[in-house]
Amino acid sequence: MAIKQKKTLSKEMITQAVIDSFKKLNPVMMIKNPVMFIVEIGTFITFVLCVVPDAFGPSTVSRGYNVTVFLTLLFTVLFANFAEALAEGRGKAQANTLRKTKSDTIAKLLQKDGSIKEVSSTQLRKGDIVRVDAGKLIPSDGEIIEGLASVDESAITGESAPVIKEAGGDFSSVTGGTRVVSDYIIVKVTTDPGESFLDRMISLVEGATRQKTPNEIALTTLLTVLTLIFLFVIITIVPLANYLHIKLDTATLIALLVCLIPTTIGGLLSAIGITGMNRVTQFNVLAMSGKAVEAAGDIDTMILDKTGTITFGNRMAAEFIPVDGVSQKDITLAALQSSVKDETPEGRSVVELANKLGVTWPENEYADAEIIEFTAESRMSGLNVSNGTKIRKGAVDAIKAFVITANGSIPNDLEEKANQIAKAGGTPLAVSINNRIYGLIYLKDTVKPGLKERFAELRAMGIKTVMCTGDNPLTAATIAQEAGVDEFIAEAKPEDKIEAIKREQAQGKLVAMTGDGTNDAPALAQADVGLAMNSGTMAAKEAANMIDLDSDPTKLLSVIAIGKQLLITRGSLTTFSIANDIAKYFAIIPALFIVALPQLQALNIMRLTSPQSAILSALIFNAIIIPLLIPVAMKGAKYKAMDANRLLRRNLLVYGLGGMVAPFIGIKVIDMMIAGLM
Amino acid sequence: MKSLYTAIRASILFMIVCGLLYPLLTTEVAQILFPFQAQGSLVEDNGKVKGSVLLAQAFTSPKLFHPRASAAEYDPTASAATNAAVASPDYIKSMKETVDAIKKENPSLQNKIPADLVTTSGSGFDPDLSPEAAKAQVPRIAKATGLSEQLLLSLIDKHTKGRQLGIFGEPRVNVFELNRDLLAQSK
Amino acid sequence: MSIGIIQVAVTLLIALLLIKPVGSYLVNVFSYEKTRLDRVFGPVERLFYRIMGVHEEQSMDSKQYVTAVLFSNFVMMILIYAVLRLQKHLPFNPDGIDNMPSALAFNTAASFITNTNWQAYSGESGLSYLSQMLAITFPMFTSSATGFAVAIAFIRGISGNKNELGNFYVDLVRLITRVLLPLSFIAALFLVFQGVPQTLHGAVTATTLEGANQVITRGPVASLESIKHLGTNGGGYFGTNAAHPFENPTPLTNLLHILFMLLLPTSLIYAFGVMIKNKRQGWSVFAAMSVIFLIMLGTVLFQEYKGTPALHAMGIHGNMEGKEVRFGFFESALFTAVTTAATTGSVNNMHDSLTPLGGFVPLAEMMLNNVFGGKGVGLLNGLLYVILSVFICGLMVGRTPEFLGRKIEAKEMKLASIALLIHPILILVPTALAFLRPESMASILNPGSHGISEVLYAFTSGAANNGSAFAGLTANKNFYNISIGLVMLFGRYISIIAMLAIAGSLATKSRVAASVGTFRTDTPLFTVILLMMILIIGALTFFPALALGPIAEHLGM
Repeated sequence: MAIKQKKTLSKEMITQAVIDSFKKLNPVMMIKNPVMFIVEIGTFITFVLCVVPDAFGPSTVSRGYNVTVFLTLLFTVLFANFAEALAEGRGKAQANTLRKTKSDTIAKLLQKDGSIKEVSSTQLRKGDIVRVDAGKLIPSDGEIIEGLASVDESAITGESAPVIKEAGGDFSSVTGGTRVVSDYIIVKVTTDPGESFLDRMISLVEGATRQKTPNEIALTTLLTVLTLIFLFVIITIVPLANYLHIKLDTATLIALLVCLIPTTIGGLLSAIGITGMNRVTQFNVLAMSGKAVEAAGDIDTMILDKTGTITFGNRMAAEFIPVDGVSQKDITLAALQSSVKDETPEGRSVVELANKLGVTWPENEYADAEIIEFTAESRMSGLNVSNGTKIRKGAVDAIKAFVITANGSIPNDLEEKANQIAKAGGTPLAVSINNRIYGLIYLKDTVKPGLKERFAELRAMGIKTVMCTGDNPLTAATIAQEAGVDEFIAEAKPEDKIEAIKREQAQGKLVAMTGDGTNDAPALAQADVGLAMNSGTMAAKEAANMIDLDSDPTKLLSVIAIGKQLLITRGSLTTFSIANDIAKYFAIIPALFIVALPQLQALNIMRLTSPQSAILSALIFNAIIIPLLIPVAMKGAKYKAMDANRLLRRNLLVYGLGGMVAPFIGIKVIDMMIAGLM
Repeated sequence: MKSLYTAIRASILFMIVCGLLYPLLTTEVAQILFPFQAQGSLVEDNGKVKGSVLLAQAFTSPKLFHPRASAAEYDPTASAATNAAVASPDYIKSMKETVDAIKKENPSLQNKIPADLVTTSGSGFDPDLSPEAAKAQVPRIAKATGLSEQLLLSLIDKHTKGRQLGIFGEPRVNVFELNRDLLAQSK
Repeated sequence: MSIGIIQVAVTLLIALLLIKPVGSYLVNVFSYEKTRLDRVFGPVERLFYRIMGVHEEQSMDSKQYVTAVLFSNFVMMILIYAVLRLQKHLPFNPDGIDNMPSALAFNTAASFITNTNWQAYSGESGLSYLSQMLAITFPMFTSSATGFAVAIAFIRGISGNKNELGNFYVDLVRLITRVLLPLSFIAALFLVFQGVPQTLHGAVTATTLEGANQVITRGPVASLESIKHLGTNGGGYFGTNAAHPFENPTPLTNLLHILFMLLLPTSLIYAFGVMIKNKRQGWSVFAAMSVIFLIMLGTVLFQEYKGTPALHAMGIHGNMEGKEVRFGFFESALFTAVTTAATTGSVNNMHDSLTPLGGFVPLAEMMLNNVFGGKGVGLLNGLLYVILSVFICGLMVGRTPEFLGRKIEAKEMKLASIALLIHPILILVPTALAFLRPESMASILNPGSHGISEVLYAFTSGAANNGSAFAGLTANKNFYNISIGLVMLFGRYISIIAMLAIAGSLATKSRVAASVGTFRTDTPLFTVILLMMILIIGALTFFPALALGPIAEHLGM
């Protein structure tokens, strides 16, 4: 699986993010993030203190201290804003690229009377019928109702090779903004302006319609309540301290509050959500909602089509079988000769297999030979060599007929051996040179390399794989075993898929599946995560909650990993944030009360230089940890497929224990630096 | 509304069952099975109640064993403790005074003061002393009464109760019983 | 020293051995299937149901259950209030006790209906015998049974498939008839045997050996004492509670009190494991609670045995201030650790006179409010932290968090947040208020850090529905009576409402199948996580206040 990692950070994006982080200081926007909103209020109060030090009672601290606290708080907010802006910027950059393809085009609208009227693409409505000629952009999403054309979809998929689209069947949908390369098509428009696939995609990657996902809401609730609790803790400590004749300085109290509330995760939460979606988009998968991405992390069962997903679909040569009286070497050579000029995947696979068997044939030998292409009518292909030799391979019937015409004989065992191959789920191709049949090429559906390992990984993660195939149970079992899937459904009809999904769901499992055909649509809708292929029909795409622009069904595996990673990143940073509090307490509490209660020096276990340096170090640590963790938030916490208990142990060690220890070290180091400056 | 009605009926029912029937039944059975204890372990002399074995009385005479100090002045109608903060300077100061007084009374006490002798009890009626705390008072009583220390020590031993089941509680001497015996000896 | 360790170890061992049989019995009590117990208790219970107008087989959903809890408790509270306000005119008042003033009566009614048993009055002088029975003994049964019923309903919710939590009145009746009444009765007789009075005769005047008069107050003490500890209530018959020789005359009664306090809270955790069909889950929660308990117990044992440096210098070993000779350091410290762990609130020694760190222990246990925890609510608080731990850990393994196969989503987190938030607010806000009012500061007995502990302790005790006191605070003032009264009511019912709403919400969710992708919540690893979660979120919240109170006092010692 090729991961297309695009270069994501440019200088302009960072500049823009810096500008945006200031714009986001607007309280109306900040209030959506309660944790950082509290920090902003604190920033404002300390600003007042910088100007009027006695605003909240006589001040005991220097103006320089107030200014330092103010600046650190301001940067805490800015850092958080920066993380969000950076994440959004990345999405905007993607959206801009997309938007370029969304220029207005002139569409040829077919009127009822058959005449053509040129209109702007923005005027097209659902149900309109347009004609798109070669070289023109398709004006809107739609279904081809007439014609066949190759279409360049690189604008949205990044794939440069054009794809064939034709009326009827599973390859009839076209996307607005893609270009017809050859021929012409008549398209029925399926969306109104502003709702097209491209529009939706732009708004999704841009984050304009970003809604908080269920899990994000739950986490925000937790963070808000923690913030509230600490707010009460700090406010209520004042009268208690007064009773002991301890005057607490307002700036210091705000510093303590900000250190205790979960600013780390609070500041990075939305960036994590946005980049999680972006990461999906980077894989060229379009998720209709963040909810779908989260659900992907919860998947228990994956239902996969055999053809195209687990196997290549285009069959590959697996074996050369000679007929009576032909040696293995001869059939291998004959098969090789028949395919040296054959550029189809089948042909390539024959050459590869022969080479692997140690038989080679100089490529330029037939440089001047006439190439006979495969056609639906002849059902065979081959070469007419200049010396008159006719080499053919093709369907057994076709080759038989060809040989009989050339007065050749049919070997007795040909039929039987061909039947054997067919029974095992393979496809036999006969090979002949002139009027002699040499034998058969056993074409077999081959499991994609690396899949077995991926499925093993999935199993380790607790995800079951189910293979769906129209093959007979025997063939299905062979492939299933080869691919290492957990279960298979043979001779599956579309209804069987829905049945399988419902059965799994009834056991409380979440099911993901991929599909492209119209008859996959109900199952895609039934599944918790349905990944439709962009090459598929509109119906399938509408039913799914994710669309793979590259039409690579194995993408589902990556989507699951991204979904998990999204949650892991949130959980890990939350743990880190909360674990940090221990060290911060030990830095600030003694500092806060030490003047009146010198015995609390015993709690200053980090031996920080002075009360003020202790508070500032904790606060500065709290601020700079946000930009330091931006890479984790953006890339996601490291995720390796393993069982949950091991994963938990590992993450707890890194983020839990690390979160406890790191601030002790960080605060001590900052304190030493500050002490040097003071 | 129906649920409020149910709530009222249930509340009254439980009030009668748990608040009246249960304690009254317990009282009846207890009075039959353990009449002495149920009445408060009262000790009578010639039909006159002298006190409860379980409650300390104010013994101030130098001729008697003194129970632990009581913040309630040994008045059962107002049980109380000092609620002193033991780490406070005030408490330490008052303890110093108490310890000095005890040491004056019994010069043999120097490095090890029985903790219960100088502190106030929790209930205000701690009926017991540790054997050490009782023994610490022997020189004073011997001086005041003229009884031999030997006799007093043997009285303490006689009234020392061990741990219940050999494990639970601390060895202790009931001051009321001890003093009653002491008074009987003095006669 | 060594005998003290043995005393503690043997006591805890007996408590441990009782967990399984009692837990199994509890499961049986609350199982709506037919059991052999029905034959014994069935007739009485059916009579009760008829009187109440309750249909035994009618199950309630979470809303109905909450309504039943609130309505019944409300009515009971009014009845209690009425008895206290009218006691002078009611029978069984041999000592001629006057009516209780309104603020104090409100505080007392709130205290006993919420199972807090905070006592701003002094029993021997403030309550008639009838009040001791109707206003104190009666709610000791119903408030603890209410707490248990709620816990059981919660467990039914998270283990069942429908929003059917059982019938509140049936649960109440069953717990009272099958557990509380029989055990209380037997225990009360044992207490009388050991010396606890049980009489309706009034006070008797004794002529002491020195010839002075001593008025000996008594009453139906034993019947109150047994349910006081069995139901983890804690309100003493007398002002000095279980330190009073009439409440706790011998080491054996002390042992019984401790065992009774631990009996139902610990067994309930086992019953929880059985009811959710995962005993390991029950034990893993139990383990986390036990670790905290043992740390706390160790601290208070060590501190009291060691005493303070100043006393040590005078030749006094250990801290006997406010303790009774018959219990010594160890059984006093054990009682302290148990009474605040099981949120009972009775004391056999005076907590205000504990060493600073010794006093920190009951305070901290009440702040956590989930170390075993009394009458079911403790388990709910523990499970609240389980839900929080599950939520964060679930994220860390990349799945929507789930507990017992149910997804923990925004709605549950919102409800859990309310339950989480209410406890610190109820403690810290009124404490701060008290320190803003000079007149309420005047109630503080000891100045400085210890004074902070006294006020903090009072509100913590109220919020945790514990009821024990750092008695130095003169709490019988309108401000404290009303504020602590409200704190007790909010502390109890808000968390009950939130937790039952969670149960109702989880009950209707389809169960998610467990796989290797789900992390297990019944392992030692999870126990450690739960422990850290409780300590970091639960304890750190109170660290600033504790730093000013007991910690400063200890370090300055």
